Amino acid sequence: MEKEAAKQEILNFLESKAGSKTKFYFNDFTKLFPDMKSRDVKKALSELVQEEKMMYWSSGSTTLYGLKGSGKQEE
Amino acid sequence: MPKHETPLLDQLESGPWPSFVSDLKRQAESRTQKQNDIEYQIPVDVVDDLLGLLELSYVEKEVHWKHGGIVGVFGYGGGVIGRYCDQPQKFPGVAHFHTVRVNQPAGKFYKTDFLRQLADLWDFRGSGVTNMHGSTGDIILLGTTTPQLEEIFFELTHNMNQDLGGSGSNLRTPESCLGESRCEWSCYDAQELCYQLTMEYQDELHRPAFPYKFKFKFDGCPNGCVASIARSDLSFIGTWRDDIRIDQEAVAAYVGGEIQPNGGAHAGKDWGPFDIQKEVIDLCPTKCMWMEGGKLKINDRECTRCMHCLNVMPRALRIGNDRGLSILAGAKAPILDGAQMGSLLLPFVKGEEPYDAIKEVIENIWDWWMEEGKNRERLGETMKRQGFQKLLEVTGIPADPRHVEHPRFTPYIFWKEEEVPGGFERDIADYRSRHPK
Repeated sequence: MEKEAAKQEILNFLESKAGSKTKFYFNDFTKLFPDMKSRDVKKALSELVQEEKMMYWSSGSTTLYGLKGSGKQEE
Repeated sequence: MPKHETPLLDQLESGPWPSFVSDLKRQAESRTQKQNDIEYQIPVDVVDDLLGLLELSYVEKEVHWKHGGIVGVFGYGGGVIGRYCDQPQKFPGVAHFHTVRVNQPAGKFYKTDFLRQLADLWDFRGSGVTNMHGSTGDIILLGTTTPQLEEIFFELTHNMNQDLGGSGSNLRTPESCLGESRCEWSCYDAQELCYQLTMEYQDELHRPAFPYKFKFKFDGCPNGCVASIARSDLSFIGTWRDDIRIDQEAVAAYVGGEIQPNGGAHAGKDWGPFDIQKEVIDLCPTKCMWMEGGKLKINDRECTRCMHCLNVMPRALRIGNDRGLSILAGAKAPILDGAQMGSLLLPFVKGEEPYDAIKEVIENIWDWWMEEGKNRERLGETMKRQGFQKLLEVTGIPADPRHVEHPRFTPYIFWKEEEVPGGFERDIADYRSRHPK
């Protein structure tokens, strides 16, 4: 799958879940693309973060991904 | 005059050990004193409020930190850990108190002017409170606010030639011992391998994509000064394939008392003359040493690299000449499934540039673990769940007797149907023709 198409699919997935869940593990995204290598999924996610469409959320031990601005934001 | 009364914390200072409370009080006072000299970028009373908040937690027996958050520097998914206080009105100084992890130099070699530069930066843009070093080995800078993060990152990377470390679900800051720089036991250049892998896996270090954390640690020899075997998902421990080199003259000198055993350690008390039988030979775990005609003999095939004899008589016994390293996998601390030590995966590989054989093992393991590992599952847990045999399969390493931890205790080598001539189906009638009931 093309990277741009993958990026769009990731955004669609996040928007469809926006009502119930805002943070996702990396593995939640690899499940969307069973035929893609996980490294390529990571590249697509990294680009979305660079483009400031998505962001990382870190507990210090685990990292999750979400749409920028969704969920609880820092005060 | 302290900002908050802290009777419970004060009690902690009364013990015999150095106290972090005294250190924090000193820092709080120094910040107040120097506030006209340094243009502090975060509240001057950050350390006072830290003490006040801790006192409150002691009184109420409840934590007032909120864990985690959306902080970081642009392009990186790790290195900064968000910390917020849930009592910002009472303790405005620690409303934001983020942690910054900085990749320490391999072997932790510093110049004093570097440390001074780091301390100045952290006084200016942070609380001045540091942890040298955290459990993973990196420099930990404790307490700053969100607007300072990019400034600190710029200063570290552009003017101090220093990168952020790893946090979150990524490759954590790799750590090595002093290696060949200071130690004659080092079987490979631990610092160099640590550096090469840090550079090779920059993306894994800074952009989280693993199910959970992943740690590399490098021990130059089996003494294991960075305890890689207990603390790292992938542990690199130096070893040798040939025989321990013995200098019989030096052995005689140790026996005769001319050279102090243990390099002169334990010399504060008179333990009597050195007894090679009691202090070395009888303590060998595999009983592979003996004296013969005044000469020390070792059956090297039985040696398990416990390092005891080399440590006691460093001038008489030296590591072999055919050196390299072993790779062990799956150690971790007891967060989910109990503590685990590393399991031997690759018995021996040469520690030579360009380290391709090592990188291949690493990448095969990652591909498997990223695919099969559950969220928040360490490599050791995936290994337990799917079996050590699966790990051998994905890494393409042939099964070896050295993989067996205990005979008849950890069977993990199973035949697969396609490996057995004729498969698992057999003709009972044919069997019965030869084995009547």
